[in-house]
Amino acid sequence: MELFGLYNYWVYTVLLMIGFYAVIAKPNLIKKLIGLSIFQSAVFLLFITMGKVRGGTAPIFQAGVEDQVFSNPLPQVLILTAIVVGISTTALGLGIVVRIKEEYGSIEEHEIQELDRQ
Amino acid sequence: MTVLFGVFLLTLIVITALAIVQTQHLFVAVILAGIFSLLIAVIFFLLDAADVALTEAAIGAGISTMLFLAALTLTAEYERSGSANRLLALGVVAVTTLIMIYATFDKPRLGDPAAPVQQHVAPWYLEHTPEAIGIPNVVTAVLASFRGYDTLGEVSVILTAGIGVLFLFGAKPRRQSGPQRIAPHEPGRGLRHYLIPRVVGQLLIPFILLFGLYVQFHGDYGPGGGFQAGAIVAAAFILYALLEGEAQILRVLPQRLLTGLIAGGALLYGAVGVAGILLGGSFLDYSVLAANPITGQHIGILLIEAGVGITVTGVLISVFHALAARGSV
Repeated sequence: MELFGLYNYWVYTVLLMIGFYAVIAKPNLIKKLIGLSIFQSAVFLLFITMGKVRGGTAPIFQAGVEDQVFSNPLPQVLILTAIVVGISTTALGLGIVVRIKEEYGSIEEHEIQELDRQ
Repeated sequence: MTVLFGVFLLTLIVITALAIVQTQHLFVAVILAGIFSLLIAVIFFLLDAADVALTEAAIGAGISTMLFLAALTLTAEYERSGSANRLLALGVVAVTTLIMIYATFDKPRLGDPAAPVQQHVAPWYLEHTPEAIGIPNVVTAVLASFRGYDTLGEVSVILTAGIGVLFLFGAKPRRQSGPQRIAPHEPGRGLRHYLIPRVVGQLLIPFILLFGLYVQFHGDYGPGGGFQAGAIVAAAFILYALLEGEAQILRVLPQRLLTGLIAGGALLYGAVGVAGILLGGSFLDYSVLAANPITGQHIGILLIEAGVGITVTGVLISVFHALAARGSV
């Protein structure tokens, strides 16, 4: 099982870069936002992975159970709020994309730049 | 066994992410993104983060998908291919991936109890939660009480994002230069003529609302809290809007009331903090809210979680409403 000890971090790296690729290489603005969500989820995965303790359980005390091993609650708190903040910023991004579509008639990056140059 | 299941799930997640980037059909990409979020939520659960899993499932797989779909109806269904810097981007991404994977070899192995991240403040929180806060869920204790300032900041970010969306859609769309919108099937009437979704939906909505309230008020004792509950309640209302049409939900929750909810939740949170000062404690110190410090903590956490829930519900419904109303103008 030692073999898989770093697998979570590798998946984090790959996901981060898949998201980043979508943000920099895809001209479509909606696709960029989806890429940004993947990027965010990768960071969430990193934090939650770091908080895991072997043999641990979710950090909720149970009555009558002694000597429980708990995973680290702190990264969980950070990510819990980050997810909700993430959806709020995504919503704002979607709002901007819809407004861009209304003004420019397109959500493709190069077409918008083309229109701006005119 | 759990480790193998985790590895299998993580591999599935990578495949899903690749498919999302690969497809040119944006509808497919959005649905795949919902599946992606659900898989990530299962992984979070395996990694002992029950609260986070609940949040990700409610928000990533539920609300996020809805908002993206609402935006798709207003923009485009397909992305056009053609990107000049594709090879350059691939090169940058490949090199960065290799460097980062090289860097992971210095990370502590998964679940190592001696890792630096487990040494600093986390044991202190686990040790002091029972005596100082008196609630079983340490995540809620840290979120609402120990680090109440942070959470107040997060609520302000959500509030700001909500205000931003309302501002963006405050202006009436210009008809002449506007794009050709996909005409809704029957404007403002939702899926009222589709029997099965309607019957199933009507059966589900009360239970979703009840579950939302349970998650809201049981957050001290089990996984849950204001953020998750807000998303679940908002999902119930959005489902209602989809089934019965936008006009119907506006009679239940007019935009003025929603705006009040958005501001009211954040104000409630801030007011609890100020009440702490007035009663002789410091800002967001709940111990002074009642004669017994533990009871004070309970009251404080209940109130600020309610504030969080109200703001999150208001913002998410408003955002959905702003996008959906734009489509039927």
